[in-house]
Amino acid sequence: MTNFPWLSVVTFLPLLGVFFILLIRGDVETVARNARSGALWTSLITFAVSLGLWINFDNSTADFQFVEKVEWMPGLGLTYHLGIDGISMFFIILATLLTVLCIAASWVSITERVKEFMIAFLVLETLMVGMFSSLDLILFYVFFEGVLIPMFIIIGVWGGPRRNYAAFKFFLFTLAGSVLMLLAILTMIFEAGTADMTVLLTHDFPLGLQPWLWLAFFASFAVKMPMWPVHTWLPDAHVEAPTAGSVILAGVLLKFGGYGFLRFSLPMFPIASADFTPLIFTLSVIAIIYTSLVALAQEDMKKLIAYSSVAHMGFVTMGAFAANIQAVEGAIVQMLSHGVVSAALFLIVGVVYDRIHSREIADYGGLVHRMPSYALVFMVFMLASVGLPGTSGFVGEFLVLTGTFQVNAWVALLAATGVILGAVYMLYLYRRVIFGQLTKESLAAIRDMNGREIAVFAPLLLIVFIMGIYPEPFLAVMHVSVENLIERYESALAAAQGAASVAAK
Amino acid sequence: MYLAAVFLPLIGAIIAGVLAFAKHGAEDRGPGLDRAAQWVTSGAMLLAAVAAIFALMDIVSGGNTQAVEIFTWIDSGSLEFSWELRSDTLSIVMVTMVTVVSSMIHVYSIGYMGHDPGIPRFMGYLSLFTFFMLMLVSANNLVQLFFGWEGVGLASYLLIGFWYDRPAANAAAIKAFVVNRVGDFGFALGIFATFMLFDSVSFDTIFGLAGEKAGATMQVFGGEFHALTVICLLLFVGAMGKSAQLGLHTWLPDAMEGPTPVSALIHAATMVTAGVFMVARLSPLFEQSEIALNVVVIVGASTAIFAATIGCVQNDIKRVIAYSTMSQLGYMFFALGVSAYSAGMFHLITHAFFKALLFLGAGSVIHAMSDEQDMRKMGGLYKLIPVTYVLMWIGSLALAGIWPFAGFFSKDIVLEAAFAANTGVGQYAFWLGIVAAFLTAFYSWRLLIMTFHGTSRADEVTLAHVHESPKVMLIPLAVLALGAIFAGFALFTFFVGEAAPEFWGNSLFVLESHKALEDAHHVPLWVKFAPLVVGLAGILLAYVMYMFAPDLPKALASGFARTYRFVLNKWYFDELYDILFVRPAFVLGRGFWKSGDGDLIDGVGPDGIAAAVRDIARRAGAVQSGYLYHYAFAMLLGIAGLVTWFLVVGG
Repeated sequence: MTNFPWLSVVTFLPLLGVFFILLIRGDVETVARNARSGALWTSLITFAVSLGLWINFDNSTADFQFVEKVEWMPGLGLTYHLGIDGISMFFIILATLLTVLCIAASWVSITERVKEFMIAFLVLETLMVGMFSSLDLILFYVFFEGVLIPMFIIIGVWGGPRRNYAAFKFFLFTLAGSVLMLLAILTMIFEAGTADMTVLLTHDFPLGLQPWLWLAFFASFAVKMPMWPVHTWLPDAHVEAPTAGSVILAGVLLKFGGYGFLRFSLPMFPIASADFTPLIFTLSVIAIIYTSLVALAQEDMKKLIAYSSVAHMGFVTMGAFAANIQAVEGAIVQMLSHGVVSAALFLIVGVVYDRIHSREIADYGGLVHRMPSYALVFMVFMLASVGLPGTSGFVGEFLVLTGTFQVNAWVALLAATGVILGAVYMLYLYRRVIFGQLTKESLAAIRDMNGREIAVFAPLLLIVFIMGIYPEPFLAVMHVSVENLIERYESALAAAQGAASVAAK
Repeated sequence: MYLAAVFLPLIGAIIAGVLAFAKHGAEDRGPGLDRAAQWVTSGAMLLAAVAAIFALMDIVSGGNTQAVEIFTWIDSGSLEFSWELRSDTLSIVMVTMVTVVSSMIHVYSIGYMGHDPGIPRFMGYLSLFTFFMLMLVSANNLVQLFFGWEGVGLASYLLIGFWYDRPAANAAAIKAFVVNRVGDFGFALGIFATFMLFDSVSFDTIFGLAGEKAGATMQVFGGEFHALTVICLLLFVGAMGKSAQLGLHTWLPDAMEGPTPVSALIHAATMVTAGVFMVARLSPLFEQSEIALNVVVIVGASTAIFAATIGCVQNDIKRVIAYSTMSQLGYMFFALGVSAYSAGMFHLITHAFFKALLFLGAGSVIHAMSDEQDMRKMGGLYKLIPVTYVLMWIGSLALAGIWPFAGFFSKDIVLEAAFAANTGVGQYAFWLGIVAAFLTAFYSWRLLIMTFHGTSRADEVTLAHVHESPKVMLIPLAVLALGAIFAGFALFTFFVGEAAPEFWGNSLFVLESHKALEDAHHVPLWVKFAPLVVGLAGILLAYVMYMFAPDLPKALASGFARTYRFVLNKWYFDELYDILFVRPAFVLGRGFWKSGDGDLIDGVGPDGIAAAVRDIARRAGAVQSGYLYHYAFAMLLGIAGLVTWFLVVGG
């Protein structure tokens, strides 16, 4: 099966689905129904194929696998070049899985322009998968920025009352960062003479250039992450986005930044990364403490979870730049775990939003009386979010903090206070929504989750526990690639140090 | 055997959880499902207890000491550890105690919670709690210990908040979880530091290397410190949180919002003893740091006296016992701190029996009094509930340390060890311990007299309903009473006497130079008798104040009004924390949100730019006036500008 173009298939299968959905004709009802099932089947098949990546993945090599390379526009030096390693593989599966769940979760809540909604989602899937599997800088940039468009549309068309503000804020923030990145990408291509990332990964960029390139990429990744203080687009985007939009945004799009740091910043600009590590540590710690406190004060459920995402992403940036095996693997696990857990939490808000059409915490209370299954599911993801051992959230945070402590104990200590604050705001949220007496009239007849909704949560529950109790299958995929990354990083630092000491003599 | 003891409770919990959901779906809200849940969980716990006893006999007879590895948990670089059950005397003793006491509490709950609508859920939580505790005590690495550690925190959160309609219960549940997390925060940092020093978190490795690293220093927190002191102090913060030691104790009294069997489970057998167990388990590390050991002694002794003073003025029957637990945990800690680990463990085990007995006995009283917990509204109950009365006497005798009850043996050896340590902190602990022993006896009999003697202060309706508890509640109490009577006498030789070295094997580690326990057997005679004498004196004082001169307490309270209020309000810890942490967190959160995110970041960033763009657009719009001469003038200006530029640059 080595010749089978796995990555291209996973990337472009959704577009094939789009093609068929475009062909649907008939009255509004029929179109909506067929668009739904068409999208669901497409995403399911894509997900199934993407699992093939994991099954056929070779854990023993740090090289890129499933590589496809075709000259695209030789005159411009453009190459269609895909491939994955232990760092990117799971993000693709995360994207394909969450797309399935998003489509299932939008089954009844999206009633207008269903066809267009499904198309937007499938296009988004193609772009996300393409982003994680690109090995050509230009191709990467196209996917990376392309994602903005369907997401902008999803927020702007199917969003809440302030959707225009949110959509533009989202677009402008992320675009502002990206412009600098484009300049950096062009500079890199001129400097190294190629856009091939496999070559760039071993290219030593001049010391004088590295900080500028690093900062340009940082501008883009920091917004995507989002890191404090460029995080303010996130709460607005989440609040206005439809449930499925929030899920993809939190579950996959927020991982672009972390992935970028690991794919570009650390290996390509190691010296600059080392120099800027204090900056990253500072911003991460601020993000963790600041946004945790802000989350505590929120009155809107989605906003609260959005802020908690910023805090969780703080652990990712911190771990990535602590740059040892535990911290980096922890950062990746944290991203995957957050992808599952925050997605689930947004779905959880979606469940009651579909019923009551309110995200205000004050409009709820005592739901456990009418919705015990809901209370249980919410409980599990709440605990995963606060990083209880035995859930996926623990493994990520624990590894990140273990690794960071070896580098800088103060940073680890300050970040660990976020674990306390996380418990405070999540338990406080849970108490106000789920516990207490059920006195509100609007909730008197609220129904518990139905079969479709339970089916959406079931795989996420399973992943949270498997990653928490037996994360070995996940970690095993990462080991070699992460070791390779650290080796590359450390040898570059050592070389620079050697050069500096020679120069000093 | 060992696996069964640990995992049967989990299976029971899962089945009970399924039944809880089945019950919600069932039309008749079936009592059959309630019965099933009670039988399954209690049965599983009893089986686990039997399995544990077999495992204990096995280990005592020198058998199987192999750890049982289940599977790898985390493997990342050199950090690697598994789910694994450690099998040595310390672990198995704890497993046995936990399963035995927990099974009694399960059976008791069948009666106590008999009328509650949430029976399957309650039984499931109890079993889950026990499971986490078992994972904690059988851990073979720090992270699994941490798993159990946070797990009991979760289960106690669920149990304290079991009656989720009550705002007070919800608040207490969150408080318990969060205060515990503060402790866990220290624990976690301790684990990171351990990994930094040893490159491992497995007990076998770190214990093996501890001696070698005794003098090692560590570059951490911007300075160079003695590595094991740093590690032990951080880990001890965790122990303080879990075992409700001074500073991190505020959650424990509030935890009384949960149903009474929970109080017994949390405050007797499990959870709060976890901190004591942890220090004992890590004795190879603590032994290498005099500073850490001294801190343990000081915190323990201070807690012992602090909690005892509060216990003397509380009026809620459960809170009195809760503070007494805190106080007794303080005893255990200072025993550990003077390197008398086995004495601390001895007190832990005897305490588990008599404290579970006292709590469940108090539950029996509350049950009889139609859920009344205020002792000021009780009195004269001994005729109405005689069996409970006798059982409470037994528990109190054991707690006060009266011969030949269990507490006598364990408290004596703890105090003797503190004295024999022959250090400043040892003396500090000894004298505070003696005073606390006096107070302990005093408040125990205060409780007995206020509850059972004198004239009744309850209203007629309640009084008419007073009844002795059913057998399903009394039999577990009787079993625990047997423990409270005989455990001290029977276990003395094994835990701290002649058979101790063989009994403990290598599960506890004491440096040669730490002789407190050895010397404890040779202290002056007055030291041996002092605890008993002050205990009797305390009982006597209680009789004087509450039976013979009932006006005296009031006179004292008004005579020392300020002191009384200070103690009654628990030294104002809650108020202090509220001002220091809780309110600032909310104020900061709101401030960061509105001013930080809203005004500053958005104000300067996107909204500011948008506003600026709009402003420029508006001004630009104003230029488009439509008058020809405006445009002409602008063009002229432009030409003038261009010409100037060319002249300057080109010239």
